[in-house]
Amino acid sequence: MTPLRVSIVAAVAAVILLLVILELIRSRRLQERYALLWLLTGIVILVLAAWRGALSRLADLVGIAYPPSALFVLASFFVMVLLLHYSTVISKLSDQNRILAQRLAILEHSLGAEEED
Amino acid sequence: MAELAQPEVETAEPELARRRRIAIVPAFNEEQTVARVIEEIRAFDPGFAIVVVDDGSTDRTGVVAERCGVQVLRLPFNLGIGGAVQTGYQYALDNGFELAVQVDGDGQHNPKEIARLVEPILDGKVDMVVGTRFAEGGGYRGTKLRRVGIHLFARLVSLMVGQRVTDTTSGFRAVNRKGIRLFATDYPHDYPEVEATVLVSRHRLQMVEVPVVMRIRETGSSSITALSSVYYMVKVLLALFIGLFRRYSTPLEEP
Repeated sequence: MTPLRVSIVAAVAAVILLLVILELIRSRRLQERYALLWLLTGIVILVLAAWRGALSRLADLVGIAYPPSALFVLASFFVMVLLLHYSTVISKLSDQNRILAQRLAILEHSLGAEEED
Repeated sequence: MAELAQPEVETAEPELARRRRIAIVPAFNEEQTVARVIEEIRAFDPGFAIVVVDDGSTDRTGVVAERCGVQVLRLPFNLGIGGAVQTGYQYALDNGFELAVQVDGDGQHNPKEIARLVEPILDGKVDMVVGTRFAEGGGYRGTKLRRVGIHLFARLVSLMVGQRVTDTTSGFRAVNRKGIRLFATDYPHDYPEVEATVLVSRHRLQMVEVPVVMRIRETGSSSITALSSVYYMVKVLLALFIGLFRRYSTPLEEP
């Protein structure tokens, strides 16, 4: 079984994470679409921290002797997924940024040509 | 606006003719239908300025619209319906339009019904009118699942805005200058209609629904596919929930 103190600390951390995410959305510093994965991460960690039986069973299932390690592994997994997700977001943004720069250069050129006329 | 005594018999049309009015037509890969939508808007009222917002189409939507002689705003890449529609409202704001109507480029909205849509605005009663498929007199032929989802949001939104709303996902809308100013500065992303309805109410603008009949889309597909519908539900629910804790102010009067 997970030591009670570990469960409490993990649950408190998850709650703080969730509150910070919600406040970031409310103040419009984080868009809903980029917050969903964060919220899922926070909720899963919170559930497994509070529901200690489930964490033990999960640890058993994948052959981890010490249940808090399972929590740690799961958190790392979610961080990896988040990173991968943001890599795809950055790729899309840099693509769009390139297109904007190209269009702007062409637009400025044609505006300049118009003024010379 | 001055409360002039208007004779009861007067129809909406002379009142409409007095406004600078624009139809905003968002279109993403609608080369088959966009020309007919433009034609039908003109047939209803040639005095409507028309702006087609080509949301990064990969087909000839932009070219077809330009050939019809309307203003075309081409987005350099796909922004989604929210970003596209907001571009139209920004154009309307910059060019001094007093009345804007949103008509989808896929032909599912019947421009003949713009008359019913703009009437409450011309009467000076409200700031936004939404064409609803569910109020009495309207008609909707959609799948059962879509109808259930739409009704669920309708219940929730009715509760939030304190007024009965039957169709929160309709994109057939008309707004006055106040509404144009609000949407030009603040419009939701992705799937905007549900959130926009709540936004209007939170800014203390008045809203009303009028029944309309929507046509079955001829080509293209709904912006909401089965795969993304779960994301849609969760995202909109989250946005509605967070919206409860935001502060809003009414849009500033014209400078």
